[in-house]
Amino acid sequence: MNLFTAENLAINFGGVKAVDGVNFEIKKGECFTIIGPNGAGKTTIFNLISRIYDVTDGRMTLDGQDITNTPPHEIAGLGIARTFQNIELFEHASVLQNLLVGRHCHTKRSLFGEGLFLPSVRKAELEHREKVEEIIDFLDLQHYRESLIMNLPYGVRKVVELGRALCTEPKLILLDEPSSGLNVEETQDMAFWIDDIKTDLGITVLMVEHDMGLVSEVSDRVLVLNYGRMLAHGTPSEVQNDPEVIKAYLGG
Amino acid sequence: MRFLFKTDYEQDIQLAKHSGYIWSYGALLLAVLIVPFFLEEYYVGQMTQLYIMAIAGVGLMLLAGYTGLISLGHAAFFGIGAYTEAVLTGNGLALPFMDEPIVFSFFLSFPLAGIFAAIAGIAIGIPALRLVGIYLAIATFAFAIIIEEILSRWESVTNGYSGLLVESIYFGDFELTDGTPFYYLCLGVLIAVILFSLNLLRSPTGRAMMAVRDSEISAQSMGVNLAKTKTIAFALSAGITGLAGALFAHKLGFLSPESFTVLQSLELLVLVVVGGLGSMHGAVFGALFVLALPQGLAILKDYLPTQIAEVPGIEPLLFGLILVLIIIFEPLGIYGRWLKVKLYFQMFPLYKKATFKRQKSYMKSERLR
Repeated sequence: MNLFTAENLAINFGGVKAVDGVNFEIKKGECFTIIGPNGAGKTTIFNLISRIYDVTDGRMTLDGQDITNTPPHEIAGLGIARTFQNIELFEHASVLQNLLVGRHCHTKRSLFGEGLFLPSVRKAELEHREKVEEIIDFLDLQHYRESLIMNLPYGVRKVVELGRALCTEPKLILLDEPSSGLNVEETQDMAFWIDDIKTDLGITVLMVEHDMGLVSEVSDRVLVLNYGRMLAHGTPSEVQNDPEVIKAYLGG
Repeated sequence: MRFLFKTDYEQDIQLAKHSGYIWSYGALLLAVLIVPFFLEEYYVGQMTQLYIMAIAGVGLMLLAGYTGLISLGHAAFFGIGAYTEAVLTGNGLALPFMDEPIVFSFFLSFPLAGIFAAIAGIAIGIPALRLVGIYLAIATFAFAIIIEEILSRWESVTNGYSGLLVESIYFGDFELTDGTPFYYLCLGVLIAVILFSLNLLRSPTGRAMMAVRDSEISAQSMGVNLAKTKTIAFALSAGITGLAGALFAHKLGFLSPESFTVLQSLELLVLVVVGGLGSMHGAVFGALFVLALPQGLAILKDYLPTQIAEVPGIEPLLFGLILVLIIIFEPLGIYGRWLKVKLYFQMFPLYKKATFKRQKSYMKSERLR
């Protein structure tokens, strides 16, 4: 059962073909990883999926529904959440507020109801808070609830960003280099969490990652990109032994 | 040091986080309620002016401090509110198909002043959606100049530079728009506006605004509709500033386009930046600053040696100097200093100088991307 499919995905920036005819499908409940050298177009694919860029060509579907032209702010509501390569948190807000923004796509908003803070708004806030607390427990963020993001160390920010994405209750979560900038233990924790997200929460994972240790530990299938084109496709061990992939990484 | 034991999620939603809030703000409320009985009329008028500026400050704070959109054109919304109020309660609304103009009661014209300003806010907000930082500031600046021109040229309605007399509001013999009653009216509006904004800021819409301020790209990925959020912020900000303008019209009693120039816009921006971007306290502290400082300087002048005091332009010079010093040494404005002083006494004698070391990270709206 395919959760997400990309058919013949392509985007040009001027003459540069950043992504060029990429096809892949992600099965429900798997962890799918995109790897590739720098500038291969991995993050560009993420930006295409979260609709920050418009595709030049091709088509994307989520659960059979075409999302190629969905406005970017509706993507979260459809069930795709993401993290960013260079953490994009709300720096001047607390961890709690950041996670609550993750609930945004599930909120009903009315300006005057909120301005008067009607009982219904209060009740909804408490319900969202309970959902957020589940994620806080899941990621062990209890100590940081009240901290402002700008006062937090990098490793914690990375976890908060993962938490914020989980708060949207996604079907598919896009993780852009979840282990970048983390030390060995933090990477180990991240690997466990990714595995838990997949098995316990039942969320399908699509990630971009450079750390092959982490990739082979958690991912079911790997797609290798180079210069925007697909190089190889298969299980982690298959692609690591693929001569084309070795050539792309080591040159020659 | 106070220790808060949280046992309920409600505690994080509450505006008054602990009993200290109720006591201190209660005392403040009591003080401002009884103060007109002890002050001379002039100072009651000054306090009224302070509340009006603070209302406008709250309006701009929502936009600049919480949504990260810098506006150099808030005098326009202030002016639209003031003129709407003056025209609707004075000559009345005259449309071609009507025999005689409708004169509105204050309770209708006052909200309408806010609504008209909000509509103007949407009108400038929508084209400004794609602009950020300094470009947005320039666009709003241009808008303010256009409005200023309209106010001075549309003589059939605004009476141009000859000025427009603002009718006082009477209920029988009771005059609402002067002295102590007007003081309470402005205070009431200020409190209502602050409570509305604080409620909004602890709800999804307010959080969406802060999300847009700190990172547009991730706000969008979390399902925040950027265009909608920015438009709401513009409308709300302009509407609240329009309400302040309507009160200001009654305070002045006489409107002319000269009251709503670019200088007024700058003053509002100074108000929120000096008060402290991103805090409701900042709007009130800022209003206090822009009103009290010129007065303080005037008083100070009496005590300066004549050679210095008589120098032309010494007041603007000092005003500018203090402004620059505040921005350099206190990026979070007066509110930032307030927090430090408060913490100093809370921690006494264990205050650590390094506590606020990191706060030099500016708000994104200040960085002018």
